[in-house]
Amino acid sequence: MPPPARGKSRPSAASLPAFRWGSLLLALGLLLLAGGCREGAKSVGHAICVAGSTSVQPFAEKLAEIYMQQHPGLRVDVQGGGSSAGIYAAQQGAADLGASSRELVPAEKKLHEIAIAWDGIAVIVHPSNPLHNLTMEQLRQLFQGKITDWRDLGSPPHAIDLITREEGSGTREAFEHLVMAKSEFTPSALVQDSNGAVREIVAGDPYSLGYISAGLVDDRVKAVSIDGVLPYRDNIKSQKYKLVRRFLLVSRVPPVGQCQAFVDFILSPQGQRLLEAEGLVGVKE
Amino acid sequence: MSRGKFVERVLFLLALSSVSSLVIITVFIFLEGLPLIFHTGLKDFILSSHWAPTKGFFGIGAMIVSSLLVTLVAMVIGVPLGLACAIVLAEFCSETMRRLLKPTLELLAGIPSVVYGFLGVIWLVPLIRDHLGGPGLSLLAAAVILGIMILPTVISISIDALTAVPDIYREGSIALGATQWQTVRRVVLPAASSGIITAVILGMGRAIGETMAVIMVAGNAIKLPASILDPVRTLTSNIALELGYAAGRHREALFATGIVLFVIIMILNLSATLITRRR
Repeated sequence: MPPPARGKSRPSAASLPAFRWGSLLLALGLLLLAGGCREGAKSVGHAICVAGSTSVQPFAEKLAEIYMQQHPGLRVDVQGGGSSAGIYAAQQGAADLGASSRELVPAEKKLHEIAIAWDGIAVIVHPSNPLHNLTMEQLRQLFQGKITDWRDLGSPPHAIDLITREEGSGTREAFEHLVMAKSEFTPSALVQDSNGAVREIVAGDPYSLGYISAGLVDDRVKAVSIDGVLPYRDNIKSQKYKLVRRFLLVSRVPPVGQCQAFVDFILSPQGQRLLEAEGLVGVKE
Repeated sequence: MSRGKFVERVLFLLALSSVSSLVIITVFIFLEGLPLIFHTGLKDFILSSHWAPTKGFFGIGAMIVSSLLVTLVAMVIGVPLGLACAIVLAEFCSETMRRLLKPTLELLAGIPSVVYGFLGVIWLVPLIRDHLGGPGLSLLAAAVILGIMILPTVISISIDALTAVPDIYREGSIALGATQWQTVRRVVLPAASSGIITAVILGMGRAIGETMAVIMVAGNAIKLPASILDPVRTLTSNIALELGYAAGRHREALFATGIVLFVIIMILNLSATLITRRR
């Protein structure tokens, strides 16, 4: 048997019949995923398919919407599926651009990567919660399961309803990389499968604590400062705020034609302004 | 070839395709999942509760227990309700009432599970959080939702079982001086028992296989629950939550989770078939 595949690397077990069947099944799935794109290509003539991270998805949809207004007759399809699925789709050519909210692992480095924005990961609590600051160490201990009561953070005693993201989520991976220092998440944490679901629970539960993309924080939840720094735009841009990650677009080959024009649009002052307006921090000045 | 013969062949092929899709699904799940079970060892896979797939730990023990617990509590809620409903509809109800109630109950089966989940999140979960404690997203929330979701299955199969009891039994019992309730309890229910057990088992299969509503209200924590108010992750939620991202061993582990689920549901369905046949 081959050694267990760690992280997101694909197994080297191409000789296993099971794996070949597996890739066939996965390819079928991706075909379905890409179905929308291909259909578009037929009916409109020009279509760009962007698939991947659910964190990038709302921003990519916004960009696509504006871009399509400016270029009638061109279609940009944006799909979710997760960072890893997006990267895989880009590798296989099922999507023109894969969207990722995590850094590429060495096995994926041969892909062409374009950073489009910085995003902070905000730690959020219910607005009625008196907590306003956490140290990095406290945050780590929270998610390691060493701090389980609000009493330990100086609030009235009550069990903390800790919320994390599912295994494989880009936001979770970025958080793990930035905060957890190779330790594991506590198994007691609630697991939700999107930024929106985490925000929804925190907005309703006064004793909860979770983390979401800083661009998606609204007034129903409260972002706390980390080591005294709030996830504001300037703090994210200057990297003074510690929980910062890049949003990437990846492709098998450097983008050409329509695809390149779309990427140029995202990196143009107008595109970057759009991302800033949606709560992200642009990579260009 | 005559036209009739031709249509017959085509229909036969179509019928075969439904069976073969079952075979293909089974083969796929096992081919994808078995390597991981061989790699980890069946004992570690099923008994360990350490699930950290990207770090090489594949233990679904807590999820098996959670799945069974959620199903058990759902049965405790759903079976008495469903059975009571079926008895009323089959034995005590006027014809007009039945004509009104039965389609309504069957409508319950047509509501998409995501709607049940949504109702659970906005209504049941805050209720549990505010009045009983815990995060609200819990074993109890999932069980209540599932208890309601299995009602159509339990009720319709139970009604079939009850109406299949010959009227001579009822008439004989009443002729001996029994009241209608005594007749139902002592004569009709025992005669219909195998059918009712089948209803319960099929309801169980429905509960253990339900995914969407459970993901939304169960909280999905990997830990073994210590109380009914703790969040749990079932086998189905585990697959649905992580499959979108999984690669390599992780993906195999999710298919292996599917094998365990497959075996559990097969056992349930087989026992339902055996019990029905015994009748």
